[in-house]
Amino acid sequence: MPTDTIRPHTAPGHLGPRKDGPDPGPPAGLRSAALTAVRYGARLGTVLSWTAVTIGAIAMIIPFLWMLGVAFRTNGDLYADPARLWPTHWTMHGVDAVLDQLPFGKLVLNTFVFAGGTTVILLLFDSMTAFALARLKFRGQNVVFLLILATLMVPFQVTLVPVFLTLFHLGWLNSYQGLIIPRATSALGIFLLRQFFMQLPRELDDAARIDGAGDFTVYWRIILPNAKPALASLFIIQFAALWNDFLWPLVVTNNIDMQTLPAALTLFSSQSGVDHAALMAGAAISLSPLAIAFLVLQRFFVQGVATTGIK
Amino acid sequence: MTSTQLPFTRGPSKAARRTPRRKPRINSAYLFILPSVLLIGVFIAEPIVQSGWMSLHDWTVGEAHHKFVGLDNYTTLYHDSRFWNALRVTVVYTAAVAVGQVAIALAIASRLRRTTWYSALLRTAYFFPFIASLVVSGIVWKFLLDPQVGLVDAWLTDLGFSAPNWLQSTSLALPTVIAVGIWKNVGFTMIILLAGMQQIPPHLYEAAALDGAGPWQRFRHVTLPALRPALLFTTLIATVTGLQLFDLVFAMTSGGPIFHTESVVMYLYQKGFVEFQMGYASAVAWVLFVIILAISALQLRLSRFRDAD
Repeated sequence: MPTDTIRPHTAPGHLGPRKDGPDPGPPAGLRSAALTAVRYGARLGTVLSWTAVTIGAIAMIIPFLWMLGVAFRTNGDLYADPARLWPTHWTMHGVDAVLDQLPFGKLVLNTFVFAGGTTVILLLFDSMTAFALARLKFRGQNVVFLLILATLMVPFQVTLVPVFLTLFHLGWLNSYQGLIIPRATSALGIFLLRQFFMQLPRELDDAARIDGAGDFTVYWRIILPNAKPALASLFIIQFAALWNDFLWPLVVTNNIDMQTLPAALTLFSSQSGVDHAALMAGAAISLSPLAIAFLVLQRFFVQGVATTGIK
Repeated sequence: MTSTQLPFTRGPSKAARRTPRRKPRINSAYLFILPSVLLIGVFIAEPIVQSGWMSLHDWTVGEAHHKFVGLDNYTTLYHDSRFWNALRVTVVYTAAVAVGQVAIALAIASRLRRTTWYSALLRTAYFFPFIASLVVSGIVWKFLLDPQVGLVDAWLTDLGFSAPNWLQSTSLALPTVIAVGIWKNVGFTMIILLAGMQQIPPHLYEAAALDGAGPWQRFRHVTLPALRPALLFTTLIATVTGLQLFDLVFAMTSGGPIFHTESVVMYLYQKGFVEFQMGYASAVAWVLFVIILAISALQLRLSRFRDAD
C-alpha cells in the first residue's frame, strides 16, 4: 500500500505538472481569492503550530527549573507563595539538609560505582562476544546469536525473583558485586556492536593477521579502536540507563549505605512531612551529572538513541 | 595466512609450529563469548526456567519446605481482583501513553524537522526529560501537582480555575500519571522519528510538490508511509516499556489512591519483595511475560507484513 503511493512519483518521466488532470479548476479570479485565503490559513497554521511546539518545549523544562528553585528556597517561602517559580531569596538550606538527612556522598559514590562499573564491564564483555560473532567462526555461532537475541524479548522482571534468591544465597545482597555482575552484559549491546563490527572492512583484520596478529590483538588493536563512536554511544546510553535505574537497586539493596540515588530519593520522598527543599536539592544533584553530560555531549546521546532506534 | 611467513622464519619445522598456533585459534572464539554467555545463562536463562518452576509452588520465603501446588497460583490469580485491577491500570496506561506519545512526537517532529537554531533548541528541550530518571521526574511532578506547594494548582487558581487534587483523586490520578509518562518519553520518540525522516529522499517531496500535493498530502502520502517502520518500532518500544510500568507510579502515587494506579509490576513487587510470596509473584511475572511476548510477536508480525508488501 505505502509503496503504491510513492512509486508513481519516482517513475521516470514524472517531472513537470500533469496535463491529463480532468479538473480544470475554478475561474481565475475566484481561484486567486481562494489561494489568498488558503495562504493566510496556512500562515495562521504555521504561527499556531510554532506557538504550540514552543509552549510544549517550555513545559518540558519548567518542572526542572521549579525543582532548582525549590532546592534553593526556604519551605516558608514556598508555602507562602507557591505560584513563584524562583525563590524570593536564595538559601543553601536544602543542600545542607539533604547532606544532613541522607548519607548523600555515599549514595552518589554507590550510584557512580554501580553505573560506571557495570557499563565498563558490560562494554568489555559485549564487545568481546560481538567480536566473536561478527569476526570469528565457531561451531554453534548461529545458535548462540539466536539465543542472545531471544533474551531481548524477556522482561527483566521475570528474572527478578530467582536472581534475588541467587544473590541472597551468595550473600551478595547489599554489595557492589551483587549490583553489578548480574547486569554486566546486555543482549542489546551485543546485538548493536555486532552490527557495527560487521560494517568494518575485513581488510583491517586480514592485514593484521598477515603481520602475525592473533584474535586478541585483532580485537584489542584493530576492532575496538575502530569502533570508538559506537562504543561511546553505547557507553552513554548504558550509563544513563543504569544511573537512573530504580527497581533493580531497590531489590538488591535495602541498606541505606548501599543504596543508589533513585531508590534512596524515592523512599525519602515518601516520608510524611518531607523537607521539600532537601528533596529537590537531592533530585537536582542526582540529575546534574547526566544533565551536564547531555548538554556537553548531546550529539552522542542523540546518536545513541537514534542508533538503538533504527533497525 | 601465517604459512606465508614460515619459510623466512627460523626455528622448528612447519608442522611443529602450526599445531600450537591452530589449537588456540579454534578455542579463542569460545573464550571471547564465555563471559557474556555465562552471565546470560546464570542471570537470564536459568532464572526464567526457575521462575516458571517457582510459580508452581507455594514458595514463601522463610519456610523450609516449598510445597508443589501445580497451577494453583494461576487459578488464584485468575480470581484475584487486585491483579485484574493492576492489569487494567497497566493496559490503560500503556495504550494511552503509546498512542499519545507517538502521535504527539510525530506532530512535533514534523514541525521541528528542518534544522535551524530555534528548532535545534526546541529539540534539546523536548529531549531533556528523557535524561532524567523516572524517579526524579515522578518526584518533581508529584510536588508540582501538590495542592499546597505545587506550581500547577497555584497557577490554575491565579487564572481563576478550580484546582483539583490531581494525585489524590480516584478519577484523575491515572490520567495524570499517563500525562507525565507521555511528557517523559515524547522526546525519545521524536528523536527516532526525526532520524527516520532524515532518511526520506528529498526527491520524493519534490516529485509530490510538482504533482500539486499540498503540505498535508505530502505528509500523508510521503512522510507517513516512509516512516512506517520507525512508527511501528517506537510503538513497540512504548508498549513494552509501558507494560513494565513501575518507577513512575512508585514515585508519584505508590499505587494509590486505593490501588487506582497500581500496575502489574508494582503488584509483583508487593507480593514478592514485601510479602515474600515468591511463588505467587513468579506467577504474576509469567503472566506479564506471556502478555509482552504476545504483543511483541503481534507487532513484529505487523512490521513483517509490511516488508512483504
